[in-house]
Amino acid sequence: MPAVSKGDGMRGLAVFISDIRNCKSKEAEIKRINKELANIRSKFKGDKALDGYSKKKYVCKLLFIFLLGHDIDFGHMEAVNLLSSNKYTEKQIGYLFISVLVNSNSELIRLINNAIKNDLSSRNPTFMCLALHCIANVGSREMAEAFAGEIPRILVAGDTMDSVKQSAALCLLRLYKTSPDLVLMGEWTSRVVHLLNDQHMGVVTAAISLITCLSQKNPDEFKTCVSLAVSRLSRIVSSASTDLQDYTYYFVPAPWLSCKLLRLLQCYPPPEDGAVKGRLVECLETILNKAQEPPKSKKVQHSNAKNAILFEAISLIIHYDSEPNLLVRACNQLGQFLQHRETNLRYLALESMCTLASSEFSHEAVKTHIETVINALKTERDVSVRQRAADLLYAMCDRSNAKQIVAEMLSYLETADYSIREEMVLKVAILAEKYAVDYSWYVDTILNLIRIAGDYVSEEVWYRVIQIVINRDDVQGYAAKTVFEALQAPACHENMVKVGGYILGEFGNLIAGDPRSSPLVQFNLLHSKFHLCSVPTRALLLSAYIKFINLFPETKSTIQEVLRSDSQIRNSDVELQQRAVEYLKLSSIASTDVLATVLEEMPPFPERESSILAKLKKKKGPGAVSVNELEEGKREAGELNGGGERGGDTHSPTSLPLFSQTTITHSFSHIISSSLVLEDRMQNVVKNNHKQMFFCF
Amino acid sequence: MQFMLLFSRQGKLRLQKWYVPLSDKEKKKITRELVQTVLARKPKMCSFLEWRDLKIVYKRYASLYFCCAIEDQDNELITLEIIHRYVELLDKYFGSVCELDIIFNFEKAYFILDEFLLGGEAQETSKKNVLKAIEQADLLQEVRPGPALAKQNVPLFVTV
Repeated sequence: MPAVSKGDGMRGLAVFISDIRNCKSKEAEIKRINKELANIRSKFKGDKALDGYSKKKYVCKLLFIFLLGHDIDFGHMEAVNLLSSNKYTEKQIGYLFISVLVNSNSELIRLINNAIKNDLSSRNPTFMCLALHCIANVGSREMAEAFAGEIPRILVAGDTMDSVKQSAALCLLRLYKTSPDLVLMGEWTSRVVHLLNDQHMGVVTAAISLITCLSQKNPDEFKTCVSLAVSRLSRIVSSASTDLQDYTYYFVPAPWLSCKLLRLLQCYPPPEDGAVKGRLVECLETILNKAQEPPKSKKVQHSNAKNAILFEAISLIIHYDSEPNLLVRACNQLGQFLQHRETNLRYLALESMCTLASSEFSHEAVKTHIETVINALKTERDVSVRQRAADLLYAMCDRSNAKQIVAEMLSYLETADYSIREEMVLKVAILAEKYAVDYSWYVDTILNLIRIAGDYVSEEVWYRVIQIVINRDDVQGYAAKTVFEALQAPACHENMVKVGGYILGEFGNLIAGDPRSSPLVQFNLLHSKFHLCSVPTRALLLSAYIKFINLFPETKSTIQEVLRSDSQIRNSDVELQQRAVEYLKLSSIASTDVLATVLEEMPPFPERESSILAKLKKKKGPGAVSVNELEEGKREAGELNGGGERGGDTHSPTSLPLFSQTTITHSFSHIISSSLVLEDRMQNVVKNNHKQMFFCF
Repeated sequence: MQFMLLFSRQGKLRLQKWYVPLSDKEKKKITRELVQTVLARKPKMCSFLEWRDLKIVYKRYASLYFCCAIEDQDNELITLEIIHRYVELLDKYFGSVCELDIIFNFEKAYFILDEFLLGGEAQETSKKNVLKAIEQADLLQEVRPGPALAKQNVPLFVTV
């Protein structure tokens, strides 16, 4: 075992590490560490100048202690001193220390930059690489200022060694990411692009990462890379497995480089030049063909490498969204993976299909897999795979399968992990609204949502169902009836009470004819839940009560009795007390006409411009909003106001007396009249979910 | 790649490589949470998971978890193979590598990683070339005799 026979084994370090490992408790460990720290401190301060080897050993010990998780507040100077040693190992440790324990002391920074400068100009490739690695690892602004001009020169110089070029490319990439304003490609652009043609595959591999990043920010300047990338890719894909020698990985030619080339191409639209495009399409077809061939090796590394290229190629095909033939083939390939033995492949296939689902060419093809996806939702044991299946169902949903998908998602919701419920609820609500032909189905779905996952039904969701019921005459009676029945359940969620209270308050008259849902029965039903509810819900119920008085004069005395009771008019909550008092007064002194005017049926909510849909952040994958959805959304919004006349000027909002605006509508004055808010909300919830994801395992 | 963590089944961190600037406090928090998340996964689960706004790719080799955080547009499968390639490099260098090698020669693990990945991207994917670079650097080292450490450990994987 050559654990310490390679190079020098710092004996003291090994012993120290052993000691730490043998500590029986955290206290013992801290004690041993402090002892060592004191020792090192005294050695550093000591009169005798330390030799390089000792300095290196102590700096390495400090590094070890830091990586264990303890704070280190000295040693930087000694580490910086090591940089100017001409012994490689000492330099190496010095660089490692300062890369890990980044210090912002300006004097130290100056010394470090000096050392780096010396190593860069040393013409010794090993030293140059050390310096470049350090810059890439730290990537500070000070380093960018000092070296951003020098590194491109090193990168493209004819006499730079290949290994140095590789490090220089990625070093420059790091600097560009952290300080883009200091990395000016200008005169270097074409030479850097030309690196794609380099003989050395390693140089190409490193350079392409740099070029990809630069292309994203400056596509026009780097667009010559596209044809070079295509020819490079073409050569790799058509090469035999022996051609690329050490760049072949388990019988797959240059998989990393292939993936990077395919990624670079995703920064640009399909090539305009016919020949280039033809070559690329041929490439993609070859990759898809290879997936059908029997594998050259049973090893998982072979299939991972091969499939990595395949998935990246499919990403490119989806990105182009212009070759129907390729899109359908991609879809079929993914369909095969949906049922693969390996969980990883099933996961990735579900993820990839989500993006495919939003393309108009492949949307139909994706839908053919609905049964497999539903099955995955029900039977996959890994919750992250189940979640992907849910995302895919959401993405492939349209008019033709909405009922089926919503039903499946609802039943999934009954047993879903708590951390993903809110996201699921929003998705179901959005789908139900988007694809509702029959709005009673929509009402049923939302009420089911409340029943199954009431805690996770956010305000936006139940505000929305109320808005829709208000806006559509044809569903009001159904809504009243359904909500009345739902409220009869012994343990019904507070959100149900809110929805029920509001709807019965507005439309209870539509079911009052039936003795089973007579006005008094409705009132008693609502009031039986009253004491179980929170203050905002009670406030809503009080509003419903005054509406009842207007709708059903026979309930007036009963309700007034309730309003008059101490628990209402002397309630410690100001809002409740105010409402009780005002409503009581209103019911006593207003004539029936005034009461009717004040408590008129709620007017329809105006729909906001659907252009807000276009502003929605495009979420990569599952929640993405495609152009098709934008168009559909615009149509849906118009339909929402359908269903009958509302007739009569007295119903228009502007003619309502101010009183009703403030008391009746003030609790809903901030209602957002658009389903787009639900989508917005969902994006936020999904982001938050990922922060909390670990609880669900 | 944003960062790579190597940790044992008891949650002890053996290597941490950060490719994005973060404060020490943030690094500790991320490490704690992510280690907990990955350790809670069951064996048959897939190698990918979503965490915060990143994708996590992980694989267990004997007693060590190798865990990488990549961005949304990065390729998960190729990252799995990056992990494998790194293990191969360690294995070739140490000769049937095991966790103890990485504990006692932690600085070497970092040096090898830097020859393979830089700034979070693969810089050299030829195994031969990476090992050659490390060997060349080793030749420049002082040779000092060190104690032979008794090792009775499970190698990370069987060499192919």
